[in-house]
Amino acid sequence: MKVGERKSGRKIDLADSAFTKFLDSLSSKPIIRYVVYSCAVVSFFGLILIPPILGILLKWNTMGQIFENPDLMSRAATAISSSFAIALFVSLIDLVAGLPMAWFITRGRSRWLSVLDTFTDIPFVVPTVTLGYSLLLFWSGPEGVSSLFEGSLVSPGWLLIILLHFTFSFPIVVRVMVGGLLDYERTYEEAARTLGAAPLTADRTVTLPILKPSLIASFVLAFARSISETGATMMVAGAFENGPVLINNLKTAGETGYEGALVFVSFILIAVSCLIFLVIRLLGTRLKIPIKKIRPAIERKLSGHGVVTLRNGGTLLIFLVLVLTPSLFVALPAIQAISDGTINQAVTATGVWGGYWQSLVLSYFVGTIATILNVILGLPMAVLIARRRIGTLSSTILDVLVNIPMIVPSIALGISLSFFWKNFAFFPEIWLLILAHMSITYPYFVRSAASAVERISIDLEEAARTLGSRPFTVFRTIILPLTKYSLLAGAIMVFTRSVSETGATLAVVTELQTVPVLLVSWVKSGSGMAPSEIGLGCGFLIVLSFIILLILRLVARGHQHA
Amino acid sequence: MPEVQLVNVIKKFGKIVAVDDVSLQIHDKEYFSLIGPSGCGKTTLLRAVAGLIQPDEGEIRVENKLVTHIPPEDRSIGFVFQTYALFPHMNVWDNVTYGPRVKAWGNKERTRIGREMLEMVRLYERLDALPSELSGGMMQRVALARALAAGAKLLLLDEPLGALDAKIRFELRYELRKFVKDLGLTAIHVTHDQAEAMAISDRIAVMRKGKILQVGTPQELYMKPQHVFVAHFIGESNFLEGYVTEVNKKGSVVGLRGRLTIHVSDKTKNKGERVVLMVRPETFKMEEGRKKGVNSMFGFIEKLRFEGTNIRYEVLLENEDRIAIARPTLIGEWFNVGDKVTVRFSPNKSYIFTYPSKGLREELTLE
Repeated sequence: MKVGERKSGRKIDLADSAFTKFLDSLSSKPIIRYVVYSCAVVSFFGLILIPPILGILLKWNTMGQIFENPDLMSRAATAISSSFAIALFVSLIDLVAGLPMAWFITRGRSRWLSVLDTFTDIPFVVPTVTLGYSLLLFWSGPEGVSSLFEGSLVSPGWLLIILLHFTFSFPIVVRVMVGGLLDYERTYEEAARTLGAAPLTADRTVTLPILKPSLIASFVLAFARSISETGATMMVAGAFENGPVLINNLKTAGETGYEGALVFVSFILIAVSCLIFLVIRLLGTRLKIPIKKIRPAIERKLSGHGVVTLRNGGTLLIFLVLVLTPSLFVALPAIQAISDGTINQAVTATGVWGGYWQSLVLSYFVGTIATILNVILGLPMAVLIARRRIGTLSSTILDVLVNIPMIVPSIALGISLSFFWKNFAFFPEIWLLILAHMSITYPYFVRSAASAVERISIDLEEAARTLGSRPFTVFRTIILPLTKYSLLAGAIMVFTRSVSETGATLAVVTELQTVPVLLVSWVKSGSGMAPSEIGLGCGFLIVLSFIILLILRLVARGHQHA
Repeated sequence: MPEVQLVNVIKKFGKIVAVDDVSLQIHDKEYFSLIGPSGCGKTTLLRAVAGLIQPDEGEIRVENKLVTHIPPEDRSIGFVFQTYALFPHMNVWDNVTYGPRVKAWGNKERTRIGREMLEMVRLYERLDALPSELSGGMMQRVALARALAAGAKLLLLDEPLGALDAKIRFELRYELRKFVKDLGLTAIHVTHDQAEAMAISDRIAVMRKGKILQVGTPQELYMKPQHVFVAHFIGESNFLEGYVTEVNKKGSVVGLRGRLTIHVSDKTKNKGERVVLMVRPETFKMEEGRKKGVNSMFGFIEKLRFEGTNIRYEVLLENEDRIAIARPTLIGEWFNVGDKVTVRFSPNKSYIFTYPSKGLREELTLE
């Protein structure tokens, strides 16, 4: 490096082009700021929050149909209650298995732990439909673990749904808890130790209560993902129905009188999800982790080296057997596809593969547009929420509202969205698809951007202002460089979530097929597709996802160096 | 009895040697301070005594018992953190009785000691308050009560007053010493504030770059510094460079630049050796005009600053060395900028050190 030359990528361009000067002068006018912020708020309400509510209201009267059909009613009740029961059960198991894992990753000393950390991300990044197929093969197919036993070990149904939901929601809990533990001020734990607490006692009575917000967040996220997941669940459900599967069955059956059931089930799923979220939000702060009772002798024994090794071993085993191996099992038919020539058909787009590639392009196109729109609309919203620009109360309310698309089942949201937009005959299906994906993924970007902006001390902004920068320059030279990794990570999350989204897609489309939807139709009985073909279809998608995981890791590493 | 012995303790973080072969003995019921600039290894040493980190080599003994590999919860220590680390989800009472609870002491005993400690720090009426509702000084006192309630005989304090306002810091330092003495504890206090350490310690160890330079009472460190850095860090000093030109039975003669000769009582250096002469600002006497006498130096007053208790003069000597002089305000003498003065000091109130091999500036740096 020559003298005076600096590492590239670190330099912030302070030179004013005519365009930035123009934006600068605009940004110091309050009216312009109002316009930008109101655009963000209006588009949030107008495109994301209000349409699904109106959609349900428009069809409110049809709901009566279901009350005249007791069979359908009991079917709906069973499906809805099993959805919530499964989500509750899975999220609790996630916490039980995820907490020791997070502890192991953050507190262990082995350098292999960073590899393990990366591995826990795999089910998070791989589209859930491929997970669904992989699990189906692993637990129930003739070549999976079932081959060790006579017949299928776990046949499609509620148990396989639970296994599937555990597989994809476990990494969420681990990710959130690892983040929480890394941010946690370890002095508290050290103080407890010097006061005589054994490691387990210190973790239980000090660390865990302080990390309660992370615990609640990870529980909510896991719960919401489980309630919402549609595509993979359809693959492994067999004859069993939970909420999203029922909605899809009702929609495809298309019989008269089913519209009312569709409205009813969607409404209940959305309303109950919101209610649960609200209750957790309100009661979460009052929820106390029991710390009064302490049994020093027992807890000391449980903190011993042997017990901890056993715990870590058990955690690792659960991860390998229930999460990692089932997730990667689809590689087997994919490899088979290479040897039996399926790959040649795929590459030359022969037969079904022409449609496959079209779907893939469609998926990535929709993902890209949804991401771009969400970044544009989400960034001002994130600043608005993080900086409490419109007062504390309204900012908090916005913060809560922004989360709603994430916590309601996506297929129910999609159904209500299409009820609304189908009223406009000119509205092309592709735009409906993009809108649905935008709605589902909107919270992911806003949340990660808002928390990144919140972490920047307002002092930095004020210092820049006193040194003579106008608001836009402050944003460009202070906020953007300091948050760019979080923004990028948020955008990648929106993109991956959009690509793997099935529920909302199934709800709004009649002709278009994204890749996850196509794969679901391949797996569904009667398609006549060979495992090697489906495996290869999943394989391409997984390889692409791994490339994205790699980018995420590089981004995260860049973040550490920054 | 809590007597602490450190034997050849070494702790490295990657390539950085935080604690470099430290041996130290702290007596029973002693108030002992570890001081030094930031990054000198004092906190690392304290954390090793607490068991919060494991030394790479060496031994730590408390009451003649080897504790090097004993976890912190089994060491019967009290640790007060710079940030206090009061558990934010527990009120004052639960914080203070946390130690007795995790040690499964009886209900009565727990209540008694909790009450006793909180009364001692005068916060019994605030037992329902959460840490976030307390002022800095109160939090500090709760942290102390909590550490003591756990039955500690050895109290470890990591910059315990560092986060407080000057006035409160001043009051609390004496209170801290009083508690330790009243309860008959041994205390190790880490600070970078030499005035604080001087005011409350029985003995002090001065550390730099992982090593202990000198251990002694505050008086010893001030009156007989054995290292040029100690002279610099404890109190204030003027440093003048020169050579030993003569050693006789009364002491040594040091030649400064400009053919200035100074007599000192110190006879430990050899003739011809390059030395640093150290004189504290408060040892000088000052007269108007050019006067003759032992250790008299002529110059003029370049700057002057009124500091309350003292007036501080900066004098540029004839030989172009600069010295700082502090004179008590209340003796009533007053000089002005530009006044020509003779300054002097007695031979037994100055010290000479071998000139450091890395240079004086490098030796005195606080980084």
